[in-house]
Parts: sequence; structure tokens; C-alpha cells
Amino acid sequence: MRFVSYIARRIIGIFGVLLGVSLITFFISHALPADPAAAALSSHASNEQVAQYRRDLGLDRPVVEQYVTYLGGLLRGDFGRSIRTQRPVIDDLRAFLPATVELSLGALLVAVFLGIPLGVLSSLSRNRLPDHFVRLFSLLGGSVPIFFLGLLLISVFYNQLGWFPAGGRIDTFVTPPPHVTGLFVLDSILAGDMDALKSSLHHLILPSFTLGYYSTAVTARMTRSSMLEVLGQDYVRTARAKGLPQRIVVARHALRNALVPIITVVGILFGSLLSGAVLTETVFSWPGLGGYATTSATGVDFPAVMGVTVIAAMLFPVLSMLVDLLYTRLDPRITTS
Amino acid sequence: MVSRRNSTPYFLRNPLTVIGLAVLGAFALCALLAPVIAPYDPLADELSKRLRPPSPEFWLGSDSLGRDLFSRLVFGARISLFVGVFVVVTAGVFGSLIGVLAGYAGGLVEEALMRVTDVFFAFPSLILAMAIAAALGRSLLNTMIAIAVVTWPVYARLVRGQVLSLREREYVTAARSLGAPTGRIIFKHLLPNSLGPILVNASLDMGGAILAAAGLSFIGFGAAPPTPEWGVMVSEGRQFLVTHLWLPLYPGIAILLVVAAFNLIGDGLRDTLDPQLRGRR
Repeated sequence: MRFVSYIARRIIGIFGVLLGVSLITFFISHALPADPAAAALSSHASNEQVAQYRRDLGLDRPVVEQYVTYLGGLLRGDFGRSIRTQRPVIDDLRAFLPATVELSLGALLVAVFLGIPLGVLSSLSRNRLPDHFVRLFSLLGGSVPIFFLGLLLISVFYNQLGWFPAGGRIDTFVTPPPHVTGLFVLDSILAGDMDALKSSLHHLILPSFTLGYYSTAVTARMTRSSMLEVLGQDYVRTARAKGLPQRIVVARHALRNALVPIITVVGILFGSLLSGAVLTETVFSWPGLGGYATTSATGVDFPAVMGVTVIAAMLFPVLSMLVDLLYTRLDPRITTS
Repeated sequence: MVSRRNSTPYFLRNPLTVIGLAVLGAFALCALLAPVIAPYDPLADELSKRLRPPSPEFWLGSDSLGRDLFSRLVFGARISLFVGVFVVVTAGVFGSLIGVLAGYAGGLVEEALMRVTDVFFAFPSLILAMAIAAALGRSLLNTMIAIAVVTWPVYARLVRGQVLSLREREYVTAARSLGAPTGRIIFKHLLPNSLGPILVNASLDMGGAILAAAGLSFIGFGAAPPTPEWGVMVSEGRQFLVTHLWLPLYPGIAILLVVAAFNLIGDGLRDTLDPQLRGRR
């Protein structure tokens, strides 16, 4: 029962965030100087044409009324109509979201499967060469501009070595897999299409590493310090004293207990990947939400920008709820109360 | 606190921190003395000398308009460091005030303030900054405002947490029982004692703000050409990636170095202020 009320409270909280986020984005897009009508029409449009356009969009009504209409639409899954593409924003979001989700999952996999082993290696070789190497790797990951990293990787692995493609999700001569989830890698597996799978994985590697490097660095650091803390505990010494092999001590005793703070960090990082995705998608011509947001913002297409912002902002509280629920599985001492 | 047994302050005993300070010092010097250090006007183009490789005439080469890359980098240090300071000071002051108010007032005020903070915290920073920059128009000032808007919630949370634990300390109770007004308690007792974590965060956020501003400029929402802003320079150099790699390379490395310096200093501060962490990081 307590669990149900906990979930209910969290979901109410998420609606609170939705209310706030939509209010702020709405305020930004309606109270600030940029005029979407003027931006959408050409500079030759007459004043009457602009006025007519504003009436069509409902921009001439009181702001409060506009907001209530917008919020009502949001709750029904209606994000309004994009000024630029003239399509419902929700359709655009549906079209662009899968590419961004695929990229973010790729980055997350890099962070987990590269970051955690590096962190463990670093903690086990504290203050020796591998440790210094991992710490330098982490420092660079926390400091390199993501767009610069993307360009460097393209320069080395596409221009110089020719190992990976410089952009896009799949080779132009390969037919994308039939749409099921919209994730090319997953859809190719579902369709059993090896060519599409190979091509889409090939395209995914550089962007995933670019987007995931920062998260990998943070995960490695967090893993290192969490492992160092756990490795100093009595039960680890006991396990060693019992003569258990290093492998077992590290995997069963240390890493499992070090995992709780690591999961928190990974959850937070996943929620924040979207900002980096904007830059990564720009560099790799990746047809996702980030690119959509950039073009929309350039064209002062506010219904579209608001749609992306609301979706992205909801991601954070939803993920943090999932992470908290995951804790209660991992560590029985943590309860939902 | 700093141990007195060794005459060097603990903060400076970590070689990485010292490296960070040195790198930052070099860039700060460039920023302050830019007109003296830069051999050319960063905006002066000379098309007959475009795309020259690094040479004694142009130390780091010249760009597609014949402008001296080194001079542009030196002036770019002014912009990036200013962005970092502006964002962190604005966001830090505003966020700390909200946090101290929430933590000290408690009750409904705290609840309301922290819910607002949560909302801003949930925003994807770059996308909100893009929306703000798009609405306000493309300029460096608008970029800095946009980044500050997404940075302050961290300070509000941090300071509130500090105040919640400090509020019950004896010296605060003592001050209150002596009849000290709320303002005095906040500014003399609560804020100064929360300063440590704020400083650590501020140092790390300097790097974050510089990265965000460069990123926004790179995709066309920040400083506009011909400003010698590093993100703009990487973006301009992008089309010469194959033929003239140094054009995007040097400004990219400049950003990397400054941000790394702030990160090293932030780590050093954290180690100094949190003795439990000493030697573990």
C-alpha cells in the first residue's frame, strides 16, 4: 500500500513539473520580443497578412487563454501545430524521437560498458599507471567540447582512416528496416536484415562515443571513488582473507555494493544526454530531436520548440523516479517511505 | 581545515591543482593583456593572406578571411572567461539567495521555492537556452542570460541543504537568542559558512558555462561572426576540417584547456574542503 501511495505521489510531482515547465516555456515564447508570425511569413508580407496569420494561430487572444488552451491540448497529447512544417508537433516529435533515443541509448551503453570497467580498473590500480591513464581520460571527458570531439573523430576515423562514416543513420544504398520501434538497430534485428544492422551499427558508433564520452568520464570517476570506499570495508577484507580469488571479491563483494551511487549518476546522466544530443546531432547530421529543435528555434517555430522542451523536461523526473525504484531492488535497506 | 604542519597550503600541494591554476593564469593573462599580446587586430581581414599555414608571420596560421588565428584566440580568451564569470556570479548569487531564503524560512515558502527550483532543474539546459536565445535574439549577452537561467537551481539546492544543517547549530541559535535580525543571521552566519561547497561548484560551473556558451555559438545561437568567440571559430573552421585542420583544432584545444583548468581547480578545492575525500580522488 505504501508503495502505491509513493508512486502516486511521484506521479503527481511529475504533473507539477509538467505544469511548471509548460508555463515557463509558454511565457518565454509569448512574452518575449520574437514574433513567430513575422518569422514564418516572408518579409514582404503586409501588415494585414501578418495580423490574419496571428488570428489563425490564436496569437491575438489573451495570453492566459492561450496557455489554458495549450495546456488542455498537452494533457490530450496535442502539442499544437508546427509553424514551419505545418504538421502537428506530436507527429514531428514521433518522427524524430526514435533517432535521438537510439543515439542516447548508444551513448548510455558506452558510458556503462566503458565507464564502469575503467573505474574498476582505476580503483584496483590506485596511483599506478592505469589509474593515472583513466583519470586523464576522465579529465578530458569532462572538459572537451562535445562538438569539437565529434569533429576530431570525423577527422581521424573518416577523413584519415576511413573506418567509419561521417554522418547519417544508415548508408544511402541500404534500405532502412521496416518501422517497428524506429530504432534502426533494433528494427534490423527484428526484421533479420543483416545489411541494415551492419550499416546502422556502423553509423551509430562515432556519434554514440561522442555523446557518451562525458558520461563515460563521470561514470568512471564515480565508479572509482565508490569502489575505493567499498574496497576499504571489513567484509571485503574478510572475503580476501577467506582466500577468494580477486575476480570474485571484485565482482560479487565490491562492485555490487559500489553500484548504488553509480546508478544514481548514470540515471542523471541519461536525463541530461539530450542537451549533448543537440550538438552531436548537428555534427553528425543525425536526424533526431536535437536537429529538429535547432531548426525550429532558428525559425522561431515556438510550438515545435515548446514540444521538444516539454518532452525533454519530462524525461528527467520520470527517469529519476525509475532510478529510485531501481534502488529499492538493489538495496533492500532503502525503502520507498 | 587546512593543516598547518606543512607550510604549503593543502590546496597547493596537489600538483594537478597547481597545473590547473597555471593554465588558467596563462589564459587570464591573455584576456587581460589581449591588445598587447595579440600581434594583429582579431577582426582585420586580409584576403590575399587567407588560409596560411602556421609560420613566423602567422604563428597559428590565418583563417579563411586572412585573419590571424593566434590573435583571435587571444581575444577569444576575454570572451570565454567573461562568460564563465558572468554566468557563475549571476547564477550563484541568485540561486544562493533563493536557497538561503528557502532553507531559513521553511514551511510553505520553502516548499514553493523548491518546487520552482525543481522545474528549472528539469529543463534540458541547452534546449532551454536555445529557446531563450531564439526568443531574445542572437547575442552573447542573451546566451549568458540563458545559461545563467539554467544554472542557478544547483546553487539554490546546495545552499538550502547547507542552511538546513547550519540552522540548528549552536552559534546560529545563540545569534538568534541575542536578538540578531534575520538578515544578519543570513549574511553573517549562514552564507559565509556555506561558501565552501558553493566555491567548488562555482569552479566546475565556470567550465560548464564556457562549454555551453561555445556549444550554443557553434550551432548558431550565441555570439555571431565575426566575433572571435572560440565556439564560433570552431564552427567557421569546420568546413576546412580536411584541408586546414588547424582552423577548428586550435580554438577547440583552447576551450578544452580552459575547461580542464577549472575542473582541476574545482577538484582541488573539493579535496581541500572535504577532508574525508583526501587521497581518495
